[in-house]
Amino acid sequence: MADPRISVINERIKEIRNIITVSSGKGGVGKSLVASTLALTLTKKGYSVGLFDLDFTSPSTHVILGIEGVQPKENKGLVPPSVHGLKYMSIVYYSGEHASPLRGVDVSNALIELLAITKWGKLDFLVVDMPPGIGDATLDLLRLIKNIKFLIVTTSSLLAFETVRKLISLLKALKVPIIGIVENMKMNNTKSIQQKVQRLGVTFLGEIPFDIKIEESIGKTNKLLKTIFAEKIDEIASKI
Amino acid sequence: MHEWALAEAIITTASQIAEKEGLNEVTEVKIKVGELQQVEKDILEFALSNLKSGKLHKAKFQIETMNAKLKCRVCGNQWFFNKENLDEKTSEAIHFVPEIAHTYIQCPKCGSPDFEILEGRGIWLESVKGLK
Repeated sequence: MADPRISVINERIKEIRNIITVSSGKGGVGKSLVASTLALTLTKKGYSVGLFDLDFTSPSTHVILGIEGVQPKENKGLVPPSVHGLKYMSIVYYSGEHASPLRGVDVSNALIELLAITKWGKLDFLVVDMPPGIGDATLDLLRLIKNIKFLIVTTSSLLAFETVRKLISLLKALKVPIIGIVENMKMNNTKSIQQKVQRLGVTFLGEIPFDIKIEESIGKTNKLLKTIFAEKIDEIASKI
Repeated sequence: MHEWALAEAIITTASQIAEKEGLNEVTEVKIKVGELQQVEKDILEFALSNLKSGKLHKAKFQIETMNAKLKCRVCGNQWFFNKENLDEKTSEAIHFVPEIAHTYIQCPKCGSPDFEILEGRGIWLESVKGLK
């Protein structure tokens, strides 16, 4: 018995020039905020961009971007709606306000389903917001998509970096390109994480200071793009 | 129209299998469709007949619908998915992403959303037959 969905995934993504997976070993480091702001920033720079929220059990990019009242259109598959100039896809179109209690096998199936039926068309960048850790979503993307690149988010905490170090080690062993590491929510002046990243032979993309005002910009993209956070993401985007 | 995306996937996979098995012409493709996905069989058949080409030009598609059997991981209860209990919006959500069933369906015995889809989830190619 063969699963036919796998065979069309490459067809669905063949017109996407860059797939950037925003990932981390730990939760709560700001992946979704980095992914959403990066997607907005690249759009603002004139690129055609998609944002795919793969954090199925805890999606949040729709909250960050204030997305509501839109749905994908059916046209021999699902065409993601264009919101704030970017094509946006999330399981939240179907789960709404409800919880999605999914085990690993369900996460894999939902991911394969959405990859097989979503018609992104031509994109310069597809930014993928990942769930935390090195779980099913990460393993499935590595298995199914050959040209992905990872942008890894950490905080200054050694607890976060310890998990990031493991993710870097795995990706390097698998020869998966790592665009670089972003140190988010920085509250000190040490270069400890930067030095550790550089010792691992990986690009340090930059640091983003802890921004107490960021919470006020959730759901308001105009305000979000005026934050120090967005300013730093803009600098990081120019290095990608 | 989502059926067209699934049909495209079936044609691509059947072509790959035909290539791998050295078939010059595919005569029959057996497909199993899980009830959970609520695929419109007529649309799927129409899409398949429109998309088939090359080695699949003369292929006949046999589509069998399988009941969706669910098993609660908490209390072990087994039951069959019943579309009639769902509103249109929920049915459509499960149609696009069958795993969304965990969002809207609970075990009728203990109320848990932690269930296993034993059979009848999506679309599978049962066999591809042809001439060498």
